[in-house]
Amino acid sequence: MKKVLKNPGMQAFLASLICIIIGLLIGYLVLLIINPEGAWESITNVIKNFFTWSKPKTQLKQFGNTLAKTMPLLMCSLSILFAYKVGLFNIGAAGQYVAGACASLYAALAWGWGWLPCMLFAIVCAGVLGAIVGILKAYCNVNEVISGIMLNWITLYLTNTVLSKVKEAASPYTLYLDDVNPSALLPNAGLNNLFNNNKYITIAVPLALIISIAIHILLSRTRLGYELKATGSNKNAAKYAGMRENTNIILTLIIAGGLAGLGASMLYQTGYMRWECTQSSVPGMGFNGIAAAFLGGLNPIGAIFSSFFIQHITDGGQYVNTNFYSSQISDLISSVIIYLCGFVLFIKLTMNKMLARSEERKLRQLKEAEAAAGKEVDQ
Amino acid sequence: MLLLIQYTLIFSSVLTLVALGGCISEHSGVINLGLEGIMVMGALGGALTMRYLGTTSPLVMVLLVMLAAAVCGAIYSALLGVACINFKADQTLVGTALNLLGTALATVLVKAINTAANPDDHSSEIEYVRARKMFIVNINGFEFNWFMLVAVIAVIVVAVMLYKTKFGLRLMACGEHPQAADSVGINVYKMRWSGVLISGLLGGLGGVCYILAGVSLWKFENGVAGFGFLALAVMIFGQWKPVRIALAALLFGLFRALSNTYIGFPSLAALNLPGTVYNMMPYIVSLIVLAFTSKNSRAPKAEGIPYDKGMR
Repeated sequence: MKKVLKNPGMQAFLASLICIIIGLLIGYLVLLIINPEGAWESITNVIKNFFTWSKPKTQLKQFGNTLAKTMPLLMCSLSILFAYKVGLFNIGAAGQYVAGACASLYAALAWGWGWLPCMLFAIVCAGVLGAIVGILKAYCNVNEVISGIMLNWITLYLTNTVLSKVKEAASPYTLYLDDVNPSALLPNAGLNNLFNNNKYITIAVPLALIISIAIHILLSRTRLGYELKATGSNKNAAKYAGMRENTNIILTLIIAGGLAGLGASMLYQTGYMRWECTQSSVPGMGFNGIAAAFLGGLNPIGAIFSSFFIQHITDGGQYVNTNFYSSQISDLISSVIIYLCGFVLFIKLTMNKMLARSEERKLRQLKEAEAAAGKEVDQ
Repeated sequence: MLLLIQYTLIFSSVLTLVALGGCISEHSGVINLGLEGIMVMGALGGALTMRYLGTTSPLVMVLLVMLAAAVCGAIYSALLGVACINFKADQTLVGTALNLLGTALATVLVKAINTAANPDDHSSEIEYVRARKMFIVNINGFEFNWFMLVAVIAVIVVAVMLYKTKFGLRLMACGEHPQAADSVGINVYKMRWSGVLISGLLGGLGGVCYILAGVSLWKFENGVAGFGFLALAVMIFGQWKPVRIALAALLFGLFRALSNTYIGFPSLAALNLPGTVYNMMPYIVSLIVLAFTSKNSRAPKAEGIPYDKGMR
């Protein structure tokens, strides 16, 4: 038992679990304060999400919807954790995601490109946005958080303007991909049959999983990953060791941007969502990515599970009793979880302290027992 | 023209208040990225006061709303204080969490209040037509808002406090070299806590000022549209100095005001640019300005690093 608790992976898992439990408790508390009557039912519905449906077939289909939306979130969280490993806080992921949506939708709707070129175009555009943040950081010393936020808003307004050219005349939404250019839809490759013919399940799902494993390998097993991490922990030391620190910073943000852009293409090219051209706030996907990245212990494999969990409760928000509550309760829960992730270091420290103390106590007892035994022999 | 000046002044007041908050917090050594969330909370406190206060004299209304906003902001900023000062959490992460939490919490609460009052009402809006009038003095078509005066006072008070009082100098010492400050008997934790709480107070005031700027109805789902971050850009451009911050805020306020009033200028309207260009302006300007000013930045040296007594 003690050995299991000492394992850093296990500790990260336990710390995340504690964050989740406290986050849900606070969400429940808020519901209780608003109206004690339906609070329990609503919070369990948030946790159950697609299980609230009674028919197994509907459950499976709804599960597919959650899964389809998990993939872009996973990409955003990979974008954030990748940059974080290199010592950069890529809050610009939200804007890079928007840029990806803009690029893939415009290429698909206005130029009639196929799905692969659209996807690559999204990656490139979002990567360029990341590069801007990187160049500003490397050569002008601009804090990447501030420049990222500024670019988020610039990209949002730019996207609204650009995508207005391919929107429906009567609504603020962009045209349906299915009608205008079905070739831009990601191929299903038969995966949709696994989820009761849910057409939103595409090759995006396996692709996203492969990419998270690839990022894991890149970070922990390759020279590039090592160089990037070294740059993150000490820019000057990296420079001294002959690494090109400025190039590394820019490269990191290009990769991070590309990941977020790819995430957007994975959602908008399934036809699940259309862009609303009057949108007045940056979509929450990039920000939820922060929650997923930290909840997953900043590990690409952990991010798979945490992304699913965050998307699961975000979707679960729609099953609260809307007579009293609003679906934003799940945003509240996930933001509380991000806040609590700040305490993870403290939780781990406490765990280690407790372990060390109990070990010390055992040693002391052993010594005392030995001493007592020694005395007996003396007598 | 008058309208442009009016909007410039009111938006600069918002930016000045919030940027001063950020400045004090950073001088004490804590980066306050949660200003956006703090603004939302201040706005929520102010808006709820305006909704429930009923009919009172304008003076009572103005004072109570300001008090409520400041108190809400300060209480909310305590979340940052606990995590970043006592538990040494990552300040960027916690600040971001506070921004997300601010909007989510305000939306949930306002929707719950609206739905409780009227079961069919699921909006996240609060209306304050009558209350807003009490903040405004009409001088020949120019709407003077009391917050403009508050912002000017805040600049003077903060400038005097930081450079002329014992408290301010000690506070700045904690942001430059907390170990040295501690060695001469200054309680670093206490100073950082006061920095964070004052920034919450000013951020809350800025929040309610923002929602009172142009409209008499606020939809809390929208948050404050990145104004907290614009304020941080103002603070960096102002090089962490109160008077310069006020000047920077005037510049940024002008660009923000243009996006509201550009239609009124024949020369600008003739350019026929889409309205979103003007919306983007403040952000683009701040990016360019940051690119040129960040190289030799005068940021407090120890900002962002949790103070650990054992590390001396």
